[in-house]
Amino acid sequence: MINGLEKTRIRLGMLPLADAAPLIVARSCGFFARHGLEVELSAERAWAALRDKVAAGVLDGGQMLAPMPIAATLGLDGVAVPMVTAMVMSLNGNSITVSRQLHARMSQHLSGASDAGACATALAAVIAEQRGKGERRPVFAHVFPFSAHHYELRMWLASADIDPDNDVQLCVVPPSQMVAELESGRIDGYCVGEPWNEVALQRGVGVAVATKHEIWNNSPEKVLGVTRDWAHQNPNTHRAMVAAMIEAARWLDEPEHRNEAAALMVSENVLDAPAASIQASLRMRTGGIVFHRGAATYPWRSHAVWFILQMLRWKQCWMAPNFSDIASDVYRCETYREAAALIGEPCPRADYKSEGARLSGSSTPSTDGGSIMLGSDAMLDGSIFDAADPLGWLKLQRHGLPAVGYASLQFANVRQS
Amino acid sequence: MLVDDDQTRLAMMEQALVAEGHVIVVRLDAQADLLAGVTLHQPDVIFIDVDAPSRDTLESLGQIHRERPRPIVLFAARSDAETAHRAIHAGVSAYVVDGLHPTRLSALLDVAIARFEVHQALSRELSAANARLADQRDIEKAKGLLMKRRKIDEEEAYGMLRKMAMDRKQRIGDYARLLLAASDLL
Repeated sequence: MINGLEKTRIRLGMLPLADAAPLIVARSCGFFARHGLEVELSAERAWAALRDKVAAGVLDGGQMLAPMPIAATLGLDGVAVPMVTAMVMSLNGNSITVSRQLHARMSQHLSGASDAGACATALAAVIAEQRGKGERRPVFAHVFPFSAHHYELRMWLASADIDPDNDVQLCVVPPSQMVAELESGRIDGYCVGEPWNEVALQRGVGVAVATKHEIWNNSPEKVLGVTRDWAHQNPNTHRAMVAAMIEAARWLDEPEHRNEAAALMVSENVLDAPAASIQASLRMRTGGIVFHRGAATYPWRSHAVWFILQMLRWKQCWMAPNFSDIASDVYRCETYREAAALIGEPCPRADYKSEGARLSGSSTPSTDGGSIMLGSDAMLDGSIFDAADPLGWLKLQRHGLPAVGYASLQFANVRQS
Repeated sequence: MLVDDDQTRLAMMEQALVAEGHVIVVRLDAQADLLAGVTLHQPDVIFIDVDAPSRDTLESLGQIHRERPRPIVLFAARSDAETAHRAIHAGVSAYVVDGLHPTRLSALLDVAIARFEVHQALSRELSAANARLADQRDIEKAKGLLMKRRKIDEEEAYGMLRKMAMDRKQRIGDYARLLLAASDLL
């Protein structure tokens, strides 16, 4: 297995977040070593810096926000070095937290339920009230223009008919500064990954009002990304790297290992956060971070198409892409299956699945002739997304209007017969 | 606008740029509110540490102010010189490596701005060229469609397409695409 590796010493970038755990575990528990890889992890302080270093070849690859490789390949991120991913590092894990002051006002409009949907409706009522009194719009932060956080925040707001472009102000704040910004009152809420919701909660600064899981059950969060050129030049190393990471994810989803992983992250000083918050972030619970269960590591192309749609819906994309071309170029199911074969990991036979229709787990045929249980994938706004008709979904959305005409989008996606 | 936590480096950059007649509108540390800084001071060029966490904030600025992008000069520690050289090829406006002689800063600033302008002009040209190409391709296809359906010759088909587009006050390329998309549905 070790023979044929094009490269054995690799440098991977990561951001100090709880869901970087698979990288820490793969290195510290010897999964990389078992596949003949000597991996150095580089803790970066910004997604832009990580992206630039991967693009420039200073890093071989790294943890990325799931939409990042797509934005890079579409050339929307200013650097435009095409990137790919063959493995999802984590599902769920983000939450939307609001300041105690904003939560107090929202509470006046909450009766009974305080789930994500009810909280969004309460926020809409507060915004209407503020507008009447001439107060400033609430400011909500996320972490990067091309992040699931950004789209989740917008989807949550839009679910209660709040226009994310006009009724609130959105901005980007680095994760480690979120809690301080919320405390200072410069922002009123944020969507961020763990442990920064836990930290706000434990310090009494903010209250979580919606989880990523509530907004879209078991949706992709971070991926393992490399440049398209790197993947082309190092196919065996790429497979070995993905195989080691799937094993790390499998290890992490055995409940007894979560505390051990938290202890590892504390002892390696990965995160500048209290140990209790890190442990709470990684605790197994409904809606919590998933690393492996339900084919979590598999790069579903339907997820890629969904992200392209968000880029269109929120005017980040100014051209008409062919959805399936981009999805198959960036989300590499084939590489995943080859890597999975190295470690006897069953994987889905399909490249796409419908999104939003699974209200509970359901099974899908796997490559070993059996089947795999997938987790639910319901969305907060109740929408069902069929990757075969992405424009149908786009047309149903109330807020957000693509900068590209439907005719052009339709034309770019006409099946060549 | 300068964004850095390293006071010595800030002072060095400021000195070098001021000596060359540039004006520093604002100096911010990496924790500062970049969005407010840019809105308030409207800098022509932004200098920022490649590893500053607020780089992500700056990225979102690029998205928000798409109509008025600004050149961004990144600087890195000497140990990251490799990043610098490669980043220039990857399209980042310019990279300044820490430890450079101050007199070179201003020259690099000019390089960064020149590079940025070339990049902007190129991407404008590229999108215009792409649009022209797409128009030509789609007009050809729409003409073909009309010729087949209406049993008319190429010249008549083009005339018809042009008239229909003009009647609807649309660009001929856009109208051709609309026609093709519609025919795809039939």
